[in-house]
Amino acid sequence: MSTTDAPDQAEVESEAPPPAEERHGCLVLRSLGQEVLLVPRDRYLDVIGALKDEGYAMCIDVTAVDYLVHGSRPLPPGIAVERFEVVVNLLSLESPRRVRLRVQVPATDPSLPSLFDLYPGSEAMEREVFDLMGIRFIDHPDLTRILMPEDWEGHPLRKDYSMGRVPVQFKHPPATR
Amino acid sequence: MTDTSSRLTAETSEGAQELVSRAETTPAELRREEGATLRLPEGVALDPGDVSIEVAEDETMIINMGPQHPSTHGVLRVMMELEGEMVLRSKPVIGYLHTGMEKTGEDLMYMQGGTNVTRMDYLAPLFNELVFSMAVEQLLEIEVPERSTWIRMLMCELNRMSSHLLFMATNGMDLGAVSMMIYGWRERELVLSFFEKTTGLRMNHNYIRPGGVAADLPSGWQEDVAGLCDKIMPRLDEYDDLLTGQPIFRQRTEGVGVITGEQAIALSATGPLLRSAGVAWDLRRSMPYLHYDQVDFDVVVGSYGDSFDRYAIRLNEIRESIRIVRQIIDLMPEGDYRIQDKKVTPPPRGRIDESMEALIHHFKLFTEGFKVPEGEVYVAVESPRGELGCYLVSDGSAKPYRLHIRGPSFVNLQALPLLMRGGMVADAVAVISSIDPVMGEVDR
Repeated sequence: MSTTDAPDQAEVESEAPPPAEERHGCLVLRSLGQEVLLVPRDRYLDVIGALKDEGYAMCIDVTAVDYLVHGSRPLPPGIAVERFEVVVNLLSLESPRRVRLRVQVPATDPSLPSLFDLYPGSEAMEREVFDLMGIRFIDHPDLTRILMPEDWEGHPLRKDYSMGRVPVQFKHPPATR
Repeated sequence: MTDTSSRLTAETSEGAQELVSRAETTPAELRREEGATLRLPEGVALDPGDVSIEVAEDETMIINMGPQHPSTHGVLRVMMELEGEMVLRSKPVIGYLHTGMEKTGEDLMYMQGGTNVTRMDYLAPLFNELVFSMAVEQLLEIEVPERSTWIRMLMCELNRMSSHLLFMATNGMDLGAVSMMIYGWRERELVLSFFEKTTGLRMNHNYIRPGGVAADLPSGWQEDVAGLCDKIMPRLDEYDDLLTGQPIFRQRTEGVGVITGEQAIALSATGPLLRSAGVAWDLRRSMPYLHYDQVDFDVVVGSYGDSFDRYAIRLNEIRESIRIVRQIIDLMPEGDYRIQDKKVTPPPRGRIDESMEALIHHFKLFTEGFKVPEGEVYVAVESPRGELGCYLVSDGSAKPYRLHIRGPSFVNLQALPLLMRGGMVADAVAVISSIDPVMGEVDR
């Protein structure tokens, strides 16, 4: 390749959409400057284990989103869109940086392996996700409700769980005319 | 309908949340439970031989502490298995203050969201507002004016002082130093009266809002803040005289509730709990936000990971906050206290009288709210208790699609069984106090 071609090629590359980035075999998404990994469900533990070996020593947050009424969210092709999404935030203390993982979890089988053996600190957060979103974490040592009463029915943060309303009480009955 | 409800019942019958007695658990399960109590994976940090599963059932008893209000922390219940006076296992049972604030947040406009999140960690309300506002601003991709960033920093550092002062008070009370409680409340009141002057409220301010802050600082704020710092600084030395050097206090806290850096990281602990174990991790220093990279301060780190270290860290963090606040007084620029974007912040009151457009903007903003582009973002700040995170998902409407707050108290509370293990019942209170949990944030 001649030297004159090089700048042209760089220009073309900067105009074209950035090529699909991959990390540990997962698609990397940039969301407002933050690194997001779209992890397939069957490789969830492997990828997180690999990231832990890479220096992400702390699992800072585990949460979930119910995308029931938000079907058209933008995801790159190749990712099967499911109803639930479990979001895991990892933090590296050595070289301060974060990475976020998003895992698609189908409504028919809302379950994921537990991170307890990798990050014991995820225990309470997984319990919270189970309690409020109804996603089961397999091999979790104590998967019980944590915030709601233990005899509660349903999982409140799901989008098909109704909010419930208290009717406004006025002081006087409405006038007859 | 009955089919759904019976399915839901079946799906949610997960048994009791309480600590079950030894007799009802098999040895394998008990080991697993001990692993859960230690919150370290079985086989890695836990040698099954260490677990005293051979303790006879009639030699131990499970007692229930709470649900009670251990000195303003909120309603916490701890179940403990005791052998004599020693705590073998323990488990915090939480949820007594759960009011579904994340669910409520999905039904409030971004403009109203601040009033909701500010009630989570009610001892450090400004941090909740800050993290929520920063998340919204990142989704909107707007930059707030310089002055509002500095006002946010000033208010947050003052809030850190008031929160730590309250810790001083409650920690003293939990250990029987009741006079310390009075002093802590007294000093906190100085900070709160400045908050009242600025925001109109002592707590739950809704002062930091998407786009800036609600109001400019009152005139003469420099004297107020400097006076407040000058008053509090010598009183911290009085605390040193009262508690730090006091033999009884030291004996009650030194070597109590010890955690190592490795354990703290494994348990996702942040804030003073992590720093007490010698890990110098402070988001203000490690991953600076606002303008923390432009001020001079030290990250206070402990070395033994015990209750005393956590006390000393908080005491010295008040001094560091005062140092930051004094710098901010000099660095505060002139300018707008909120972004002049009529789609995000309401127009000034005077404009509404003279401009039809301003009136329309004002009306639209308060009835429909502003729309936030589709996307998701995670923002974290260093609250007095650790990493306070906000995961916000927007579907392009005027209300958040999902609002999740990562409460530091909620995560730090996991360390409680580890800290209490092998300690005395009398120290349990000291340990709970040294984590400084705020149940409003734990249960949300």
